[in-house]
Amino acid sequence: MVSKIWTYFIIIGIVFGFFNGKLDNINTTILDSTKTSLDLMMQIFPVVALWLGITEIANKSGLLNWLSKKLSFLLGPLFPDIPKGHISLSYIASNIIANVFGLGSAATPFGLKAMESLQELNKDKKTASRSMITFTTINTSCLMLVPTAVLALRVMYKSQDPTIIVPATIIATLTATIAGIVFDQILARR
Amino acid sequence: MILAVILFGYFKKIDLFETFIKGSSQSFKLMMTVFPNLLAMVFSVNILLTSGFLDFLISIITPIIKIPLEIVSLAIVRPISGNASLALLNNVFAKYGVDSFYGLVSSVIQGSTDTTFYVLALYYGSIGIKKIRYAPITSLFADFVGILSSIFICNLIF
Repeated sequence: MVSKIWTYFIIIGIVFGFFNGKLDNINTTILDSTKTSLDLMMQIFPVVALWLGITEIANKSGLLNWLSKKLSFLLGPLFPDIPKGHISLSYIASNIIANVFGLGSAATPFGLKAMESLQELNKDKKTASRSMITFTTINTSCLMLVPTAVLALRVMYKSQDPTIIVPATIIATLTATIAGIVFDQILARR
Repeated sequence: MILAVILFGYFKKIDLFETFIKGSSQSFKLMMTVFPNLLAMVFSVNILLTSGFLDFLISIITPIIKIPLEIVSLAIVRPISGNASLALLNNVFAKYGVDSFYGLVSSVIQGSTDTTFYVLALYYGSIGIKKIRYAPITSLFADFVGILSSIFICNLIF
């Protein structure tokens, strides 16, 4: 699926760009994208390194285990395939908590660790498991209380009340997350 | 958050420094697998963005649903590229004003959805999954609901 999307993006892009007279721009973009992705990488890499270190401490000290026990009554029903007390539940819980508080940079390492531990449970290593899809659905619907980037931009544009959007954002993101989860559970049970 | 973790580890008497280094050193391996995925995604997304195809799509959709062009663009670009959608949000703020109705709707849309394709490529790529089954469908559905409810809620309260 990723591979199909990827191919279509490129084919549609180049063919349409040709008729639209944008081929020169596309050539520049192709070279630029290498730099863009390296920049992105350089932004993510140190933060991931830092948080993986912190995560390891949280893991070894038993903090993650404690957390997953507290949250397992919530997450358990959504992830019926994960055995009780498995480490992936702790990573998922940590990822959601980091997302909710707008710590996007901290959420990514937890998410990657969650995927890694879900892969250990996965029988077919090339195909996404049900739990993985539930997890990425929750993750991409982006449950968050503090949309930090938007608030920063609103402050920059001298909004009268930058935080006025927060309640509406929370309602919208909650609706989206719930809709995503419901749809996911329906598809998973087919 | 960091302090809480460190204190907890301290009271549990584990070797904090060693543990930190052990966890942190995994990041190299992780980034090695993540980078090619990231590059591939940025590459194809950028081709699509510069080709003007999305603009074309947007110009078809806009007259049908009677929502300003900028908001439609934001809704379409949001799942594909975080930077491009932030740039669009910038445009809306500059054109209509940050506290205008459109400014508010766009803020809510931006805040309540995520760059779905980027997250999917990163997360599934990092563990070498090839078939992601219905993952994009549920994620995009959640985005879609998020955008609709953003518009609906803003109509209700602003």
